[in-house]
Amino acid sequence: MTRPMTMAEKILADHAGLDEVVPGQLIECDLDGVLANDITAPIAIKTVRELGAGVWDRERIFLVPDHYSPNKDIKSAEQTKVTRDFAHEMGITHYFEQGCMGIEHALLPEKGIVGPGDLVIGADSHTCTYGGIGAFSTGVGSTDAGVGMATGRAWFKVPETIRFEIDGELPAGASAKDVILYVIGKIGVDGALYCAMEFAGSTVDSLSVEGRLTIANMAIEAGGKAGLFEVDDVARAWLERRCERPYKEYHADADASYKKVIHIDAADIVPQVSWPHLPSNTHPVAESRHITIDQAVIGSCTNGRIEDMRAAADVLRGRTVDPSVRCIVIPATQGVWLQCVHEGLMDVFIDAHCVVSTPTCGPCLGGYMGILAAGERCVSSTNRNFVGRMGDPTSEVYLASPAVAAASAVAGHIALPDDLD
Amino acid sequence: MQFKGNAFRYGRDVDTDVIIPARYLNTSDPAQLAAHCLEDLDATFRERVRPGDVIVAEENFGCGSSREHAPVAIKAAGVSVVIAKSFARIFYRNAINIGLPIIECPEAVDAIADGDVVSVDADTGVVRDETSGESFQAQPFPPFIQEIINEGGLVARTRKLLAEREA
Repeated sequence: MTRPMTMAEKILADHAGLDEVVPGQLIECDLDGVLANDITAPIAIKTVRELGAGVWDRERIFLVPDHYSPNKDIKSAEQTKVTRDFAHEMGITHYFEQGCMGIEHALLPEKGIVGPGDLVIGADSHTCTYGGIGAFSTGVGSTDAGVGMATGRAWFKVPETIRFEIDGELPAGASAKDVILYVIGKIGVDGALYCAMEFAGSTVDSLSVEGRLTIANMAIEAGGKAGLFEVDDVARAWLERRCERPYKEYHADADASYKKVIHIDAADIVPQVSWPHLPSNTHPVAESRHITIDQAVIGSCTNGRIEDMRAAADVLRGRTVDPSVRCIVIPATQGVWLQCVHEGLMDVFIDAHCVVSTPTCGPCLGGYMGILAAGERCVSSTNRNFVGRMGDPTSEVYLASPAVAAASAVAGHIALPDDLD
Repeated sequence: MQFKGNAFRYGRDVDTDVIIPARYLNTSDPAQLAAHCLEDLDATFRERVRPGDVIVAEENFGCGSSREHAPVAIKAAGVSVVIAKSFARIFYRNAINIGLPIIECPEAVDAIADGDVVSVDADTGVVRDETSGESFQAQPFPPFIQEIINEGGLVARTRKLLAEREA
């Protein structure tokens, strides 16, 4: 009989070929996939070339040029070209050219490339997103990713797990984004440093898979190594149309030991805004209405999925963006884009005077497609509000849900959808 | 390995966006990255930093993105070692992998003032504030991590393992 284990411990033990692992143990694991994007892939590719052993498995390396592509300038074009040339040379099957591309963490689950129980590393900190469908996935640097591409292996320190039990019904207007902002506000930007975060409870059970991906995505903003959700009927139904290969479900043992168990009453989670310059600087939207804005961004790996587009469109339908505000909408993948067309959401966005962009990470990290001038403020459904994150070091980013970002775009200041009536 | 330089003292949660803003991530050239290192946090860092200098910071140094460009920029700017109360986990891995020495030593961080001359013995983990004369003992790395460092980083270690596998 092995010791009772958390989800993270079980997935890592299995991939290390061990019956059990304990927190703090250093292990080497077999990987199910390695991801890199146009910014991080060039350095990883250099590592692969230095090792001189080719790639471990051309079907399990995922290359997604999403950060600065369509190429924003000559240097970006060169970086994307390095990635593209490598993909073609090595016969990488999961290289996504512009036109088939999407924001990596929205794209891989949507395409069924990452599935439950997988162990995936990615040279992007938001790789933790796939915990939303029960995968252990975590961000690493380019050298780790390059070694993973060459060998199919990586070392890990088994993390302690913090379990979040969230129960009850969310207040009207609160979404998965508000849940994770609330959690980060409660524990701080290093509240889960080096830890896995396991989410459970009746509130979590009632969330869509899109919502769970949003929460897992921001585990890193609390310093977490992974954010994990068990696979249930909601997830199985979502996966049925996407992940056609066999996958393995891991469930935490009832008597597993946790670093901490944090109980949260969903009724406390009113719509949240993270003020500059940390995601943990949360305030209720209701106390943020005095903040006027110049721009709203709706999209990103955090909130660019179809449910997010619908939430924004529901607010924007029949309304127009305040003339003093630019509202930028970025469906996260080509699939989400097309779905927006089919559902008539594009009409809503255009009629409301939104900019609608092809999938890109662009503005989220201050790359392009919505850079802020000195002193400008943006309400954004993205994931970070650090100094200079979206442009000039004196500009400000306020993190919120897609519905709040859309309502703020119409109001010209931070607002709830209900404020618009 | 021994290091000695002037301390650049910063607070907690120094994130990778201020270490190297994303607007400069259209290149991975160390010298170009170093030219913008920490500019959104400390506009004069680049003109003041000298080879061998030391960054001293509070908790959660390097939080945020996974960009390896962050430790690369710090190293290429001439910084010999970063001493912090704690490091964000991806930055921690990246620093070890690329060979930027890092040290977790809360007591030293509390005692060192901006501009103090600091010496570090990375092998023993002894940090000494030469200005005040105080010495501190940092936590040693776990043996596995020390092995990666001793072998010259993750790429060198992996190359050795691959060679052993073929032999």
